This record gives sequence, structure tokens and C-alpha cells, in this order.
Amino acid sequence: MPEQDLTDAWCARIQEAAATHRPLYIHGGNSKAFYGRPVTGDALDTREHSGILDYEPSELVIRARSGTALSEIEQRLERHRQMLAFEPPHFSPHSTLGGAIASGLSGPRRPFAGAARDMVLGVGLINGKGEALHFGGQVMKNVAGYDLSRLMAGALGTLGLLTDVALKVLPRPETEYTLKQVCSQQEALLRCAEWTAKPLPLSAACWHDEHLYLRLSGTEAGVRYAQHQLGDSLLEQDSSWWQRLRDQQLDFFRRDEPLWRLSVPPATPPLAITGDWLIDWGGGQRWLYSKENAATIRQVTGSVGGQATLFRNAQGKEDVFQPLPGPLFSLQQRLKQAFDPEGILNPGRLYAGL
Amino acid sequence: MERSRFLAGLDLPAHCILSEEAELRPYECDGLSAYRRLPWLVLIPETLEQVQAILAYCHRLKVPVVARGAGTGLSGGALPLEHGVLLSLARFTDILDIDTANRLARVQPGVRNLAISEAVAAQGLYYAPDPSSQIACSIGGNVAENAGGVHCLKYGLTVNNIAALKVVTMEGELLTIGSHAADSAGYDLLALLTGSEGMLGVIVEVTVRLLPVPEYAQVLLAAFDSAESAGNAVADIISSGILPAGLEMMDKLAIRAAEDFVHAGYPTDAAAILLCELDGTRAEVDAQLEKVHALLSHAGASEVRTARDQQERQRFWAGRKASFPAVGRLSPDYYCMDGTIPRKHLGRVLATISEWSAEYGLPVANVFHAGDGNLHPLILYDANQPGELERTEEFGGRILELCIEAGGTITGEHGVGMEKIDQMCTQFNRAELEQFHAVKRAFDPDGLLNPGKAIPTLARCAEFGHMHVHGGALPFPELERF
Repeated sequence: MPEQDLTDAWCARIQEAAATHRPLYIHGGNSKAFYGRPVTGDALDTREHSGILDYEPSELVIRARSGTALSEIEQRLERHRQMLAFEPPHFSPHSTLGGAIASGLSGPRRPFAGAARDMVLGVGLINGKGEALHFGGQVMKNVAGYDLSRLMAGALGTLGLLTDVALKVLPRPETEYTLKQVCSQQEALLRCAEWTAKPLPLSAACWHDEHLYLRLSGTEAGVRYAQHQLGDSLLEQDSSWWQRLRDQQLDFFRRDEPLWRLSVPPATPPLAITGDWLIDWGGGQRWLYSKENAATIRQVTGSVGGQATLFRNAQGKEDVFQPLPGPLFSLQQRLKQAFDPEGILNPGRLYAGL
Repeated sequence: MERSRFLAGLDLPAHCILSEEAELRPYECDGLSAYRRLPWLVLIPETLEQVQAILAYCHRLKVPVVARGAGTGLSGGALPLEHGVLLSLARFTDILDIDTANRLARVQPGVRNLAISEAVAAQGLYYAPDPSSQIACSIGGNVAENAGGVHCLKYGLTVNNIAALKVVTMEGELLTIGSHAADSAGYDLLALLTGSEGMLGVIVEVTVRLLPVPEYAQVLLAAFDSAESAGNAVADIISSGILPAGLEMMDKLAIRAAEDFVHAGYPTDAAAILLCELDGTRAEVDAQLEKVHALLSHAGASEVRTARDQQERQRFWAGRKASFPAVGRLSPDYYCMDGTIPRKHLGRVLATISEWSAEYGLPVANVFHAGDGNLHPLILYDANQPGELERTEEFGGRILELCIEAGGTITGEHGVGMEKIDQMCTQFNRAELEQFHAVKRAFDPDGLLNPGKAIPTLARCAEFGHMHVHGGALPFPELERF
């Protein structure tokens, strides 16, 4: 697709949608169409608005239009041995930058390098009144005005249509090793709590199928040294394993049943919910296939200070996201109003009423 | 509203209320002493319930409130109001819980930044953001300002290092924002509240994330004949794939001031020095030291020194951390700026500042968080000379506008507060400022929290006259000019 700037056309389109109260369904590559609640509205495909706008490797910043393919951005970074350190999932080859930020999802490196929201330095967006606005910038430190750019991460397009995003990027580590250890879920969580409290160059920690997978990143010497600290392990040769975890390509994820994502304090012991578990983020993100009902799963997760999302295959029966306490939900409704008074931007994708 | 009437209806013990002029005087300014205003009333509650009750009472009577932590802020964010309450959180100094397994500490807002790291040092953990004022500044203020420090490039700002907040709204309602998990459902209010300068709610509890103390840290000091070649060396280091824990630059005046003050061992004949700190495992750091040493020499450093031992490393940093007070010794007063620029424009921006310095007859020392582009020009002046403060402010304002023009921002880590409110009119256009105001109204419809700070009104911008000009059109055409 040719690179073009559609900001003005999109402003006009949103102004018209606001005037006629016709909601918009904003999407990029539709690779995360399964995620969130269904939206009824006129489709707005962001992929027509694409292109990398600024990238200077020595500044550790890249800025691109929201419809730019994630793969294009990552290839460009790769040429300079840099990366998007939050490892956004590519659920299809069509995933876009805008979708990665709007969903706010992050991959295996997240507990060690930061989440999508941590890498956002600035955004261009069009609010529900059809005004093109810029917040944040292209510098690492910026505290002028409220941080409305990070607020867009995870808002699923309900507060604004992203036009461009500036992200902090990081150098790709010189070397990465993956170690594999046989152990139970309980033992894996204990080891993760112990090792993440030590100054080791860990960059991912996942338990799956009675094995703990650990990734070490750094200089050759640094990684070798850390390998000895972690005890008896097998060296896993398949370096694409983490990418398949990130993109949910492992066999574990090949089911049509409801898939739950539990976000909990990482050292939380195994949860008393029957089902099949895959533990990522050193214990902080837990994937679950379970026949238990949603209320039970949410209650157990909430009791340890976490939240449960019905990530895939919700089949329209349940709320997707953990319900919010009343006062907090009213505040979020007022915030939605502040950006999108007519309620036309992806209404209901996150919660009914937002 | 009369103060006596306000006090008559206030349910708070007498020792939590300051109303005599002599008691109020110490609260007339924060760390930006050029702006002073005697508060109407200072309230220093001791319990969360009292904070809620004060806010609910003020909300009912429509009395505005300014929250204050340790008062070390550098942008006048805690400047009091003539007719409003200054709410001090100074008595909330407890560390409530340390969760080593999840590497979290739950603390009250008046806990000092450094006290957190000290409390968890025995567990081999620390709290990464380290503003220069870390021995005095409190965590509530750090969150309100999204404080930074010298380790931001690798470890991030406050926003990247906190997990949860408890916040009291202007209505007196207690909200929990964020969680002890990696993320929370709904909008990322944790990011929105961080750096909101006391405009959206009063922070009454903070859960910070802790990191393992690196096994080893080492610092390199490199001297350069020009700031530009030092800037190029920074770009070389970053491009090589190394992410230093700290990367700081000081110019000649700052080097000399720091050397005279703390005897750090800096080369005083250099035009600029770079301090590059590397941390990690010993094996990792040793490998990187060799590489950085070679890069610095190749970039034209006249001298590259590795600290011989941990004492020398501390000394190298002591000079940098004491550079503000050190510069303060050179002149009766100094004015600290806080712009951020893309690093590639460093040479041009420094050259322009130096030209203007000659033009205004006001010397400038530059201290620069080179890794993340955050520039702190310190303008030396004498407030007792008539007109000198005004000229300093004008000079400072021009520096901030230069930062915007270079693609940067008017504030990297000190906040807008009272100080940079006019430059906000240059950085943001009318619709953007209106969007900020709409967000403010979602939290505080009556505009009672820290009014007049951080986000200028459109009328103020019209009066200021230095507005964002977009596409050649004059902004705010419908507003009267003064």
C-alpha cells in the first residue's frame, strides 16, 4: 500500500460521524478482532495511513503512522540491531503499530524491559470531536501537560483514533540463551521469585508443560556467567520458541475453548482453579483454559489482587474485562466523555458504556 | 469565604492547623523560591480519614486546595493560594509493607525517595528513580511530578517504576488506581495520574516497584575539547548497542564549580566531560567497559578515566549530584531550566544558549542528562539587581521555546507548575489545551485542585501572546488581546 497521510480525511470523517451519531469501528490488520467486546459501527481501516516518519538509531526513538505494519517497523529496527522491547504479539502478519498500542499487549520481555505503555513517548490522535491533537513527543523525558499519550495504550481506540505513535526502542542484546529446566508449576514460581530478585540478565521466564523456560540476554560473557548461576539446565536451541509463545503459536493455544488471561502479582502461588495453565512473565501473566465459570475465575483472581480477562473465544456470553468498582467506572465514563462526547469511537469495545 | 468561618466548621485537631503568619511563612514557596505567596491556611492531617474529610469539606465550601509533599519541587507546583488550603502530607511518613517476593513496597506519600532504597537495601533491592533531591524529596511529590534522575535512560521515570496509588478525589472519595499485578482493567489511570501535578487528586499511598541492586557498577569519565564532540560520543555509545545506567554531561562552568565544591577530581581545563556508568553482572560490565573506553577515545576524548575503586566512582558522581549547589556558590541566585531535546540538536542548542548568555550578560552553566536529552541550563543572576530576575525569566523562556523548536519539550522532569505555564501556550495549541481541561473536569469539575498551575487557561495564553502558531494561522482569534 502506498504511504499516505489521511489525518485530514479522518478528521472530516469523525466530525461527520459525531454529527450523525454513527459509531465507528476502528481497526488495523484485524489480527486482534477476537479481543474485547464486539463493536457495531462503520469500519475505519487504519492501514491506509502508514509509513515510518522518523527513525534515528542513536536517539532510540521511532515514530510511525498508526497503520504501519509492525513487521515493517521491526525489520527497519533489526537493520540497526534494535527492537521493540515490549515484544508486541503478532497474531497475524497484518498487525499494525496502532493496534499494538491500542490493545496495549506485550510479550515475554515485558516484566524485564517494560510494557507497551512504558515505551510510548508521544502520540498523534483524533478525538471524538474530529480534532487532530498531539501529546508527548519524541524525547525520553517529557512532563508537559497530562500524560495523555500513555493513556491511549490499552484504551482500544475508545478515547481517540491514533494517527501516529513515537516509541522508545532498545538495542537488541548481543547474545540470547534459552535455558530449560524440568519442574512443577509451584517450583517454577518459587524459582522465578528467587531469580528475579537477583541481578541476573533475565529477559523472559515462562513455565509450560512441566518445564521452566528462561531467557538470558546480554554480552556473551555476561550471559555465560548468568547461566552458571541458574543451576542445571538444558540449552534450548530453538530460539523461535519465544516468538511462538508471544504470538500464541504454541500447541497450548490451539483450542476453541475460552482462553483466560490472568494478571496477578508474580509470586502468587498456583491458583486453585482447575484447568490447563501456561505461566509467563515470571508468574505475572497466566494463561488458562478452564471449565470453571467466569464469576469463580474472577473471584479467585481478584482475591489475590489480580484481574482476569476473557482473552479469546468469549463467544459473546460473558464480560471480557474484569468489572470495575463503581466510582472507578464512573470516572472512566467521564474520561470517555472528555475525549468522545458523542460516544462514536469504538463504543463498547472495552466495557458497555465506554 | 472568611478564614474564621472556614475554621469554625473544620473538624481537625488544633495541632494540625497552622494559621499564624510566622507558622505560615515557611510554606510560602517550594524549591522554586523565586515564586512566593503566603498561604491562607496550612493543614497537616495525620490520618487518611482527615484527608478525606478536609477535601470533602473544601469541596462543599468550594475552597481550593494545593497538596504539598516535601516542598522540593522546582516549578512552583506547590505554590500556595491566597484564598485556599495548603494541604501538607508531611506526616504520612510510614513504610507500610515491603513485599520482597513481588518486589514491591507500599509507602505513604511523605516517605523520602532515598528512604525507600535504604529500607530494602538489606534484601538487595532498591527503588530506581533518583532525582538529585532524593535525600529530601518525598514519593508523593515524585509521583505528582513524574520525577526522573540520572538513571532514566535504562530504568525509566517514576511512571515506569510504580504499580499502584491510593488517591483521594476532590469530593473526598478514596480510589485505588493500578494494582500489585503487572496491569489493571480499564484505562491506564496510573499513567494519567503520574505527573498530573496535584490537579486530578491527592496521592495518599504509593506502591513502588523495586529492582535488584546490580552486582557491579563502574563509571568512566571522559574529557572533551568541545561539547559537540562529547555529544557525538554519546550518540556513538548508544548506537553501539550499549545502554548505560547513567550518561551525564557537564560543561566547563559546571565542571569548575563542581570541582571547587566537592573536589571530584574533574579535569577543569576540559570544555565538557561525560560520565558514563555501566551496571550489571561483573562479566557484563567488564565487557562493556572495554568497548565504551574505545568508543570514547575514538570520538576524540582528550582523556578517559575509569574510576579506580568504588570511592573514586562515588566521588565522580558526587560532583555531578552536587552541581546545582556548586553552581549556586558562583552567584547570589541561579535559575534552573529543564528542557528536553532530541540529542542530535545538542550542539546547536548549546551554541545558541551561549550566544544569548552573552547577549543578556547572564552566565549559564549546563548540566545535561545526555542519555535522555534532558538539559538543565543554570542561569546565574542576582535577584537584588533591579530587573535581573525579569531578564533571567525572559532568557529562560527563550531557552524553553528553543527546546520546543528543536522538537523537544519545555519540561523533562521538573513539571510545569507555575513557572512554565506560559510556555505551555507555545507547546500546545488551543484544541490540545482544551483536551487537557476536559480531562481535568472529568476528575475535578469545579477546578478546586491546584488551580492556575500546569495547564494555562485559553485567556492566559491570549494574554501571553506567544501562542502556538499552526499553519500560519493566529491562534485564539476570537479572544481579546491585552
